[in-house]
Amino acid sequence: MKWLESNLDLVWELVLAHIGLSVPPILIGFLVSIPIGWLANRYRPSRGVILVVLGLLYTVPSIPLFIFMPIFLGTPLLSPVNVVVALTIYAVALMVRTAADGLASVDDDTLLAASAMGYSGWQRFWRVELPLSGPVLLSGLRVVSASTVSLATLGVIIGVQSLGYLFTNGFQRNIPAEVVTGIVATLVIAVVFDLLLVLIGRLLLPWSTPDRRRKATRRTTPALVAGGVS
Amino acid sequence: MIEFRSVTKRFPDGTLAVDSFDLVVPPRKTTVLVGSSGCGKTTLLRMINRMIDPTSGSILIDGEDTGGLEPVKLRRRIGYVMQNSGLLPHRKVIDNVATVPILNGTPKREAREHALELLDTVGLDRSLADKYPRQLSGGQQQRVGVARGLAADPNILLMDEPFGAVDPIVRAELQQETIRLQEGLGKTVVFVTHDIDEAFLLGHQVVILQKGGHIAQSGTPAEILAAPANDFVATFVGADKRKRALHIQRVGDRDVVVDENGTPTGVLQP
Repeated sequence: MKWLESNLDLVWELVLAHIGLSVPPILIGFLVSIPIGWLANRYRPSRGVILVVLGLLYTVPSIPLFIFMPIFLGTPLLSPVNVVVALTIYAVALMVRTAADGLASVDDDTLLAASAMGYSGWQRFWRVELPLSGPVLLSGLRVVSASTVSLATLGVIIGVQSLGYLFTNGFQRNIPAEVVTGIVATLVIAVVFDLLLVLIGRLLLPWSTPDRRRKATRRTTPALVAGGVS
Repeated sequence: MIEFRSVTKRFPDGTLAVDSFDLVVPPRKTTVLVGSSGCGKTTLLRMINRMIDPTSGSILIDGEDTGGLEPVKLRRRIGYVMQNSGLLPHRKVIDNVATVPILNGTPKREAREHALELLDTVGLDRSLADKYPRQLSGGQQQRVGVARGLAADPNILLMDEPFGAVDPIVRAELQQETIRLQEGLGKTVVFVTHDIDEAFLLGHQVVILQKGGHIAQSGTPAEILAAPANDFVATFVGADKRKRALHIQRVGDRDVVVDENGTPTGVLQP
C-alpha cells in the first residue's frame, strides 16, 4: 500500500497508457472481423480456410510478433503502433469466428421474412442480421476485451508503456507490491471494460435481456395478456 | 388478379419444383393452393412476390409482368404471412407491424399510429404493442404477422401455411379471423396449406396440387367434393372416408345427417 501511495501518479499514467493501448485493438478488431465473418459465411467453401487461418494467428507467440512489427510496418522501434497492430491481429484472430457464428446464428425464417417484407440486401444486413447477431458478437467482444487488456501488458517488453512496466520493474527491483499493483490494476481495467460492454449490450440489445420486472408484470396480470387472444 | 402463364421452376440442384403451371387467381377472393409437401405450393407462392424467380414462364399481376418489376418494391406492396410468424425478434410488436410502411417512407409516428389500429383489426389488445414477439403466445404472434402483412394496405396477401404451428383451437380462431378479414377488406388472398379441411374452409377457389405443381383439380370446394376429378383427388379430399360420406336418416319429423358409421353429425335445416 505504501508503495502505491508514493507512486500513484506513475500508476495512473500507466493505467491511461494501458487503456490507450487496449481500446483501439478491441474496436478495430471488432470492426474488421464483421466483414471478414460475413465473407466467410457468404462463400461457404472459404469459411473453413478463413476461420482456421485467422484463428491460428492467435497462436503466433506475442514477443516475436511485437519485435517483427516495425519490420513489417516500417514504424519506429518504440512506437505504440507496433503493439496496437499486433494486438489488433490477436483481436481479429479471436473475433472472426464469433463474428461468423453470430451472423450465421440469425434464424433463416427471420431473414426470409425480412426479405419478403421488402428489405433490400443492404437494409437487411444493417437492420436485421447485424442487430440479431448482437448477443453472440457481444460475448465474443467480451473475450477479446479481456484478452487484449491482458496482452497489452507485454508491450513493455519492446519498450511501450503499459501496466506491464510494473511487472518487469517490480520484478527486477524485487518490489512485490509493485507487481501486485500491476496485476490488480490490469484486472480492474478488464473488469471495468467488461461491465461497460455488458451495459452497452443492455442498451443496444434490450430485446435479448429478459426483463425481470416485465416478467413479474406478466405473472400478476394474466388477464391483460389473455385479453388479446379472445 | 394474378396470372401464372406456363410457369416452370427448376432449382439449381435439378429438382423440377413446378412444371408449366397455369392458373388465374381471381381478385378479392381467397385461392388456396393445397397439396402434400413437395408439390411446389410454397415455390408457387414465393414466385408471386419474386422471392423465387421462375426458370421460364411469366407471372402477371393485374396484367403487368412481374419479371419487369423491381423485386424489393414489388414485395413492399404484397403482404406476406408465414408459418412461425417470422416476426423480427428485436423489434417491438408495434414496430414489427409498422415495418413495411416505414420501408415505404411513411413517417414513423404515422406508421405506428396506423399499426395500433391494425392491432385492433386483427383482434389484439393495444397493450401488446410495446412487447417483444417472444413475450407473446404463438397465436398472438401469428395475429401480429397478419397485421404486419396488412400494414401497407396491399391488394394481395400471401399466406404460407400461417397456422401450421399453432394448436387446433387457436387455429380455428385464426381461420375464422382470416375469413372475416378477407370479407371485410376484400383482399386477394393466396393461401398455401397441406390441410384440405383448411383449404375447403377458407378457399373460394381451391387448387389441389400434385408433385411438380401439376393441378389435379381446381374449383370451388363444393365442385371438388361433388365431382373429384380422379382417384388422387378423391383420396386427398377424403371423399372415400367416413367423414365425407354422409347420408340422411329420418328421425321423427327431422332429417338427421349421419356418416358411414351411423354417427350423427348434424340436422338438416328446413
